[in-house]
Amino acid sequence: MAEMKSTVNIQNFENVEALPKPKSKVKEFVKKFTKRKTAVISFIFIVLLLLAAILGPYIAPYDASQADYSNLLQGPSAAHIWGTDEFGRDVFSRLLAGTRLSLASALSATIVGTALGILFGLIAGFYGGWIDSLIMRCCDILFSFPDILLAIAIVAILGPGMINVIIAVAVFTVPSFARIMRSATISVKESLYVEVARSIGCKNWRILWVHIFPGTIQSMIVNFTMRVGTAILAASSLSFLGFGANVTEPDWGAMLSQGRNYLNTAPHIVLFPGILIFLTVLAFNLLGDGLRDTLDPKMS
Amino acid sequence: MGRYALKRIVSAIPLLIVISFLIFMFIHLIPGDPARLIAGKDATKADVELVREQLGLNEPLPIQYGKYMKGLVTGDLGYSIKNGKTVVEAIAPRFKPTIMLTISSMIWATIIGVSLGIISAVMKGKAVDYIAMLIAISGISLPGFWLGLELIQIFSVGLGWLPTGGLESWQAYVLPSLTMGSGIMAILARFTRSSMLESMREDYVRTARAKGLSELPVVMRHAFKNSLIEIVTVGGLQIGGLLSGSVMVETVFSIPGLGRLLVDSIKFRDYKVVQALLLFFALEYIVINLIVDLLYGVINPKVRYN
Repeated sequence: MAEMKSTVNIQNFENVEALPKPKSKVKEFVKKFTKRKTAVISFIFIVLLLLAAILGPYIAPYDASQADYSNLLQGPSAAHIWGTDEFGRDVFSRLLAGTRLSLASALSATIVGTALGILFGLIAGFYGGWIDSLIMRCCDILFSFPDILLAIAIVAILGPGMINVIIAVAVFTVPSFARIMRSATISVKESLYVEVARSIGCKNWRILWVHIFPGTIQSMIVNFTMRVGTAILAASSLSFLGFGANVTEPDWGAMLSQGRNYLNTAPHIVLFPGILIFLTVLAFNLLGDGLRDTLDPKMS
Repeated sequence: MGRYALKRIVSAIPLLIVISFLIFMFIHLIPGDPARLIAGKDATKADVELVREQLGLNEPLPIQYGKYMKGLVTGDLGYSIKNGKTVVEAIAPRFKPTIMLTISSMIWATIIGVSLGIISAVMKGKAVDYIAMLIAISGISLPGFWLGLELIQIFSVGLGWLPTGGLESWQAYVLPSLTMGSGIMAILARFTRSSMLESMREDYVRTARAKGLSELPVVMRHAFKNSLIEIVTVGGLQIGGLLSGSVMVETVFSIPGLGRLLVDSIKFRDYKVVQALLLFFALEYIVINLIVDLLYGVINPKVRYN
């Protein structure tokens, strides 16, 4: 009898061995994501932009701030593929240099805003009560100003400058992340695995960061990607209005602002920075759409 | 319904009070001495004191706040430093261009956006759907100020069909409202599409088809009618954002509206006007949200009971 039992067990074990191995989550994600062509193209475009931001000064054909008074407002040519500006500076080289400035400001503003939003959302959702009410009412106040207006109000208080633009954009990024994180935390905190963690004596901060936070990462990634696009638009809008980067800096928005004075004689100064802003924001939006469809099809 | 409306209005009051307080504090949050900033680096001590007195900054904070709240109720918002007019006089003539621009943008954006959304939903998965959605996502990603400059370049500088700025004729509204409405059009198109797709999966649409109704009445009378509630809500909420979007458009097209006044006043450090405009934009946003909430309660009784 005992022999028979062990035989059955061995057979069962062999059957388990024969089962197909579970698929790797990363491989599954890559397989699903690569089916979405627009998202893949957007991803490649963003990677190229990041490379341009890092390598810009080394691959640029000219110095971004070097004036050439013998070549003022020249249209695109073999020597200057995207033409020159009012000081004879190469537009392509300035846009390459501007990629670093524009992406760095948008990414840093979104990272700061996301980190604060996640922190406030986790605290509000986990602790509830008056802390939740206080944080959510603060978010309501921030939500009662349209994004760009809130950014303008903050810059009006702090004064113009790139750092202040980053602060302004970060502030209007906070409430959307706080709300998403709060609702995700509320839905997760009553689940069985959090109850188990609590019953074995896990501290609150461990429950928050180790058990609740990882469950919300997917929606955060999607929201983050889309908010980078919004941040690029907001930062370039503020620079265009004269509240952001200094006009001498090769910022995309500031270049557009300067270029509008030469719309009649040199439209290329406005055309290329505008196309670059548009394509960058479009790429982040399409990548966000693609990630959303891949990570959480219910959201689409 | 009356109780629901009262509840929504009462819940907005604390928010209004907090926002008005924050906007009052605006001038006190500025790093350094605001009177010195306004008077300039070379101003004498007497000049700085004069500015401080004009702004009422030499009084204790609670008294300043009391006067500010009294001014809000009576319509006395102080004086503009730039031209010596009262703030109300400085702002009043700027309303009309901004409101006209907002209405004209909203009209075309709604017609085109909703139409694109319906066509896209009906032709789901076909080339038309992809093109419509590409237009929509491009509209969301386009920097409004750049679109405005390119439209000026093509239609004003290149073809000479439309004026480059100002608001002397109806033609002058065409390019600014095209620029201002492009984002809303895109949002409405995307939202209408997803809402229509949801409605078209419902049982009542299947029943209508099973009864032998042709596609057009099924789409318009059954699916679209039910999606309309949500489309109206989203559209209504966009009006609040549109008014503040006037900041960019009015700057590009040199339109003397509220948005441009805000930018000019910030640059000139005309803080009383800035305060009044920020308060107006925030109030307008809250009131429109409130109206949309109430309308939603009227259209959809489920909201009232929840």
